[in-house]
Amino acid sequence: MYWKEGSAALEPAYLDHAATTPMLPEAIEAMTAQLGRVGNASSLHAAGRRTRRVVEEAREALADALGARPSEVVFTSGGTEADNLAIKGLYWARRATGATRVLVSAVEHHAALDPAHWLGDRQGASVELLDVDEFGRVHPDTLRAAIERDPGNVALASVMWANNEVGTVQPVHALAAVAHEHGVPFHTDAVQAVGQLPVSFSAAGVDALTLSGHKVGGPMGVGALLLARGVDPVPVLHGGGQERDVRSGTLDAPAVAGMAAAVRAAVIGREEHAKRLAALRDDLIRRVRAAVPDVVLNGDPVDRLPGNAHFCFPGCEGDALLMLLDAKGVECSTGSACSAGVAQPSHVLLAMGADAATARGSLRFTLGHTSTQSDVDRLVEVIAPVVERARRAGLS
Amino acid sequence: MSGGVDSAVAAARIAEAGHDVTGVHLALSANPQSYRTGARGCCTVEDSRDARRAADVIGIPFYIWDMAERFHREVVEDFVNEYAAGRTPNPCLRCNEKIKFEAVLDRALALGFDAVATGHHARLDDGVLRRSVDEGKDQSYVLGVLTREQLSHAIFPLGGSTKAEVRAEAAERGLAVADKPDSHDICFIADGDTRGFLAERLGAAEGPIIDALSGEVVGNHQGTFGFTVGQRKGLHIDRPAADGRPRYVLSIEPVSNTVTVGPRSALEVTSVTCERPVWNGPVAELREQRSCMVQLRAHGEVYGCRAQLSGETLHIELDSPATGVAGGQAAVLYDGDTVIGSATIASAA
Repeated sequence: MYWKEGSAALEPAYLDHAATTPMLPEAIEAMTAQLGRVGNASSLHAAGRRTRRVVEEAREALADALGARPSEVVFTSGGTEADNLAIKGLYWARRATGATRVLVSAVEHHAALDPAHWLGDRQGASVELLDVDEFGRVHPDTLRAAIERDPGNVALASVMWANNEVGTVQPVHALAAVAHEHGVPFHTDAVQAVGQLPVSFSAAGVDALTLSGHKVGGPMGVGALLLARGVDPVPVLHGGGQERDVRSGTLDAPAVAGMAAAVRAAVIGREEHAKRLAALRDDLIRRVRAAVPDVVLNGDPVDRLPGNAHFCFPGCEGDALLMLLDAKGVECSTGSACSAGVAQPSHVLLAMGADAATARGSLRFTLGHTSTQSDVDRLVEVIAPVVERARRAGLS
Repeated sequence: MSGGVDSAVAAARIAEAGHDVTGVHLALSANPQSYRTGARGCCTVEDSRDARRAADVIGIPFYIWDMAERFHREVVEDFVNEYAAGRTPNPCLRCNEKIKFEAVLDRALALGFDAVATGHHARLDDGVLRRSVDEGKDQSYVLGVLTREQLSHAIFPLGGSTKAEVRAEAAERGLAVADKPDSHDICFIADGDTRGFLAERLGAAEGPIIDALSGEVVGNHQGTFGFTVGQRKGLHIDRPAADGRPRYVLSIEPVSNTVTVGPRSALEVTSVTCERPVWNGPVAELREQRSCMVQLRAHGEVYGCRAQLSGETLHIELDSPATGVAGGQAAVLYDGDTVIGSATIASAA
C-alpha cells in the first residue's frame, strides 16, 4: 500500500519514553568502560576481583539512590525477570506454609499479571485481582478487604508503584502498611516510577521492588529486584548461586555498571527533571484538548507520572492513529499488549471501567530526558487532522 | 504482506519505485496457530513475523490489521454456507473480492492511501487485468471477480516476472523469505482436512449415493459437503457399476441430501449458466454473443467459447466439452491473456 503525501523529513518526535528512553551519557560511559575488560565477578583472581569491585560499587550506588541496603539488591536480566522472581518466588516460599492466595491489582503490567495467572493455572494459587477506581488506583481499603476475607492464606500482594499505561500513581506506602498488618509480603513493580517519582525502598516499607535499567536511561537487558532482609523467594533460575543464591547466573558487569550510573543520575536530577516533564506534559494535554475537544484524558489528572499523557480519542482506532502519527513523524504507543500483533483492548482501561471501543481508541504519549518543546509542538500540529482522518476510517 | 516471498518482493519493488509504502499484514484468525509445520501462507505467528522482518529489510513501516471478524463472516462462513448449498466455493477468490480489495482497500483509502498492492501474479495494464507472464503461476483467475473500481486502486508489481525471477530477486534483496515454500490449500483449514472442517460445522448427515444410469442406490455418504462435481476418489461405492467403468460425482442435491454419480461421459458439459456477472475488462458487457476463452476453475483448462449476457444471466457455450464444472466456482472470460469479466457458475449441462 502506498500514499502520495510526503512523509516527515524532520527527525521524528519520540514520545514513547515509557517504552524505552535513550541511555544517559553517564550510563554509556560507565558501561563502555567495562566492555573491553575481562573478568567474572565470581572469580577469585585479580581480573575477577576487579570485576567484582565494579559490580559491588554499582550495587552500593544503586542501593544508596533508592534507599536500600546493598545486600538488598538482586541483579536480574530486567523488569520482567524481577517481577517473575518476586511473584513466583514469594508464592513458592509462602506456599510451603500453606498460603496460596495471590492478590495483584487488575492494572499490573503483564510481567506481573501473567506470572500470577500462571501460578493460578499451574501451581495451585488462587489469584484475586484487586479492583481499581476510574483513575486506575487501588484503594488501601480494597486490599484490606481482600486480605481480611482469609488473612492466613495470603501468599503475597503485588501492586505497581505507577501504572505504565495511564500513569496513575498508587498509594504504595499505605498499601504496604495494610499488607504488613497481616504479615503479608508486599511487592511493587516500580519500573516506571524510578527517576520520575521519589522512590525509597526503606521508607515505602515494601518487601520487594522491581526496577529496570533501560526505563531510567540505562542499558536494556538488566534490572534488579530489591529484596528486604529476611525475604527469601524460591529461585526461578538455579545455577552457580550468585546474588544470595536467589538469582544464579554470571553478572553482566558492564550492564550493571551502566544501570547503576543511570539510576544514580536519574535520582540526583529527579526533582528538576520531573518539574520540566510535568510542565511539558501539561502543555501537551492542554493543547491536545484544544485541538480535539472531545478527547478524554485517562488516569489520575493530578497524581500521575510527570511524563505521561494518556488519551482516548472517541470514534478512532488507536492503531490507525498510531500509524498516521508515525507517518507524520510522531512516535507514540497504544499502550496495549500485542500478543500475535493484533491489538487487544487494554486490560488497564477495561479495569478502569472503559468499554472495549473506548479502550481501542487510546494513545499514550510519554516524555523523557531528551524531550523538548518542539516534540510537543510537532504532535499538536498534526493531531487534529490525524484524528479526523482516523475517525473517517472508523472502527474496523 | 502475508509473510511469503511474493508480497515481500512486491513491496520492495514499489518502495524502490519511489512510492510511500506501508506494509500491512492481515490477521485473519482469532486464534493464530503458532509454528505450524509447512507454510500455508497467511495465518500463523511465524508468517506475521516473516512479513515484519521483510518490511524491516525493505525499510517500510509495518502494521498488522485485525480482519479476523470480517474474514470469518465474509469468507469462512460463506465457504461453509456454499458447501451446505451443494456448491464448491473458492475462498481465495472471495478473500480478494471481500477482504483485500474491499475491507482493506476501503480502510486504506479512508486513511489516505491511494492503492493496495499485492504479490499476486497478474498484470494490470491501464486498469485491465492480464495473465502473468508466468503461466504456471498466473493468478488472474482469482482476481477476475474484482470490479473496475477495485482494479483502479490495485497494483500488481509481479505480473511481468516469473516465480523463479521473484525468488531470485528476493534472495538478492536479502529477504529471508526467498526460499519459503509456496502457500497452497485453504489457509483457514490448518490440517488441510476440508471434509473434517465442514463436518464439524455442518454435522454429518447420512444420505444416498445414486447411480444416474441405473437409478439405484449404490452407496451412502456422511454429508453432501464432502463432495464436489467431477470427484472420483473417496466415493466408497459398495458395488461395481453395470458398465464396469469408474463413477464420478455428477451432481449434489443438499435438499434431498443426495449425491448422484455416473460415468465420465455424463460429466461432460458444453453449456454453462452463470450469475452475478462482473465486467472489468476493456470491452462492454456482452449483450451480443462474443467468441472468447473461459477458465472454469483455478489452474483449470481454458476453453474456447461463445458468451452472451441475457438479463443478469451469462450463458456460455463451450467449443469442446468440459468436465468437473462445479457450481460456485467462477467462470472467468479471457480475450487472449486479457480478462474480460467473470461470473459465478450456477449450473452446467
